Amino acid sequence: MSSLTQSGTATSGAKEDGKAPARQKNLSRIGLAVAVIAVLGLIAAPFFVYPVFIMTVLCFALFATAFNLLLGYVGLLSFGHAAFFGGAAYFTAHAVKVWGLEPLSAIIFGAAGAGLMGLVVGVVAIRRQGIYFAMVTLALSQMIFFIFLQVPFTHGEDGIQGVPRGDLLWLIDLNRPLNIYYFVLVLFLAGFYAVWRIVHSPFGHVLQAIRENENRAISLGYRVDRYKLAAFVMSATIAGMAGSMKAIVLQIATLTDVAWQMSGEVVLMTLLGGMGTIFGPSIGAALVITMQNYFATSNVPVTVIIGVIFVLCVLLFRRGIVGEAIRLMKR
Amino acid sequence: MSRTPPERTNGKKPLLEVRDLDGWYGESHVLHRVSLDLMEGETITLVGRNGAGKTTTLRAIMNLLPRREGEIRIDSHDMMKVPVHRTAHHGISYVPEERGIFASLSVTENLMLPPKVADGGMSVEEIFELFPNLAERRNSPGTKLSGGEQQMLAIARILRTGVRIILLDEPTEGLAPVIIQRIGDVLIELKKKGMTLLLVEQNFRFARKVADRFYLMEDGHILESFPTSQLDAKMDRLNEVVGV
Amino acid sequence: MTMIFGIALPALLGQLLIGFINGSFYALLSLGLAVIFGLLRVINFAHGAQYMLGAFTAYLLLVHTGIGFWPALVVAPLIVAAISALIERTMLSRLYDLDHLYGLLFTFGLALIIEGTFRWYYGAAGQPYATPQLLSGGTNLGFMFLPNYRGFVVVASIVICLAVWLLIEKTRLGAYLRAATENPQLVQAFGVNVPLLLTLTYALGAGLAGLAGVLAAPIYQVSPLMGSNLIIIVFAVVVIGGMGSIGGAIITGYVLGILEGLTKVFYPEASNIVVFVIMAIVLMLRPAGLFGKEI
Repeated sequence: MSSLTQSGTATSGAKEDGKAPARQKNLSRIGLAVAVIAVLGLIAAPFFVYPVFIMTVLCFALFATAFNLLLGYVGLLSFGHAAFFGGAAYFTAHAVKVWGLEPLSAIIFGAAGAGLMGLVVGVVAIRRQGIYFAMVTLALSQMIFFIFLQVPFTHGEDGIQGVPRGDLLWLIDLNRPLNIYYFVLVLFLAGFYAVWRIVHSPFGHVLQAIRENENRAISLGYRVDRYKLAAFVMSATIAGMAGSMKAIVLQIATLTDVAWQMSGEVVLMTLLGGMGTIFGPSIGAALVITMQNYFATSNVPVTVIIGVIFVLCVLLFRRGIVGEAIRLMKR
Repeated sequence: MSRTPPERTNGKKPLLEVRDLDGWYGESHVLHRVSLDLMEGETITLVGRNGAGKTTTLRAIMNLLPRREGEIRIDSHDMMKVPVHRTAHHGISYVPEERGIFASLSVTENLMLPPKVADGGMSVEEIFELFPNLAERRNSPGTKLSGGEQQMLAIARILRTGVRIILLDEPTEGLAPVIIQRIGDVLIELKKKGMTLLLVEQNFRFARKVADRFYLMEDGHILESFPTSQLDAKMDRLNEVVGV
Repeated sequence: MTMIFGIALPALLGQLLIGFINGSFYALLSLGLAVIFGLLRVINFAHGAQYMLGAFTAYLLLVHTGIGFWPALVVAPLIVAAISALIERTMLSRLYDLDHLYGLLFTFGLALIIEGTFRWYYGAAGQPYATPQLLSGGTNLGFMFLPNYRGFVVVASIVICLAVWLLIEKTRLGAYLRAATENPQLVQAFGVNVPLLLTLTYALGAGLAGLAGVLAAPIYQVSPLMGSNLIIIVFAVVVIGGMGSIGGAIITGYVLGILEGLTKVFYPEASNIVVFVIMAIVLMLRPAGLFGKEI
């Protein structure tokens, strides 16, 4: 099985460059500096930028980061991740609006639901590899789309609207912009850190070994399918967490969130930012969301622009923004 | 590094001329300044250990290597800029080590697959005359053939195309002695018809029957070349380099 | 009235026919996908967009030049094939040496561009395309009423599938194609222009999608998004059949269309998802697909 990195196009932040440990160290120092600046920036951001916009970016950034855990670090292209993002959004929206659940619990509930869906989808999908895996996940997510279209609690084409933000732990009123902003920021950082920990754990190193050479990993005695399934469930759970946050932030859960176009968007975010890099997906998400906002009011068809970026990324810019940056710095 | 000066027989130009050929697989440099000449109607054999670069030399001549540098001429025509799918049209073809019989094609389809590149190739009737067991199995799928039959098919399908040079990579590998004998007869038959052959072969007993000259290869270099008449005298040296 | 499992026979046969017609399109599209995948190792995500392009080309030919269904049945697929050949030559062919996922991603982007452009220009609503005069009306088969055009589509799709199958299995070009699927380098070393073969193959597959689109126009209307949901079902069909065999792709297409039709009769709520459920079951029991070889 060929993996994306074997074609020499993706760059991995974790891949050691045996000859230049000093540079590697430099690079991780730069990474740390970027992280600190980014966090400080995000803490200050709501005083300068419209908070709902940043929160939307954070939700999608987490979604893309979760997706990248699979694509960038296991080499699995899931073309059905919207099912987990949108599914969790439905679960959380329903739990808050109908059951009156407290927001944090509702988000945990939504993420857990997405993880469960991930388990079911993953068991089927990991039976095939490569492009087949992509097609299978796409088909299964389309099935989930139709199920959500038909079950009553999602309200079909209307979706679940007017989801109340509620009081965090029954104490903090999330209708106040700064309260919900910092709540979302903390959740984002927690999810982001979880992915970072997974990637840099022994478990994550096995995942990357699978990406580099699945057969070798098998012959080393790893039960590759279990590792893949575990990674798939983790990725689905964190993607679900992102979807749940989105339901609370934008107070809506609709079919758009579970549709295949959404699965495509998260692929684009990751590709554009740089697959297999820690920060890439977030940067890609910020760019795509900004662009969508920018063109939403204009006459320009957003789908076409997304398609064009897709084509350009695949043809000319396969490392993505962060991947290219790392390559330039390694020179 | 001992480089063999190109041999000129009667001042004739070689049909296939390889000069200072370098070749790479990815980063690894696998051919180093390989030079060899193949006169019209001549048969030469490349010998050397596994991994010495024999197969790679054939692949480089067919332009199947990701990167190559140097000179390759057929009939004085510069082959370095000829794209892969035009190479055969200069009268050269290739029988790969793994024989390359197509599983989804019948024997006849395999036989008819390589396009005619020049006049003067054998007709299907002539080919079946030369390989009677292929005629019997013309409708079976290519991979239902025995190893020997596959090897014959791999040679046979090239005879149709009208090429003048055939590169054969270990045509006797893994075959029973009686089949090897048969393939030897076929190659001698082809030589009589004026075919030019470049053989990669580990089996000296087989090779000495058909070859006019030998080239000895090691680590991507040509060490020396000598006529078949000197084979016995060179045996110690060969055993040392090839390790048979 | 004859009843089977509590369902009136005409209703059952009616759904079976609809299933057979849907199956005709599944078969045509999965055939094209399998042809392209076999040689190029590219999952052509733009297949649905090329299907739509075929239908739209027929529609635009009619509206702007008055060219009717029959000429469009030939011209529109050729136009789609030509555009696709150009795309293959200029862009897709650069991706063959990379991981196959890039081919999928590229054609996905392509599909977004094509469908997005048409939706932007023509809106999402469907445009009606009249049934050709020759095939208007219907035939009473005794047990049911068969619209002539639908009967034609079923027959046409069978003929086209058979023709493509013969082209690949019985002709010299087909032999090149099969051989190049196994070992492109060797075929190229024999003097066959494999890059050209790849272009022709992509054009053939895309042209088949375009042809299916023209056939679909009078039945499903012409709309920019007509291919986007269909293609996902066809992906599932292809996973079920396994991409190893052209015949397998065709048969799986028809069978799943019919199964879907039957589901509409017996359990309509599940008719949208039955193909996906079957895919999941097949993957659990036989991961390589019904006709596939493990790769």
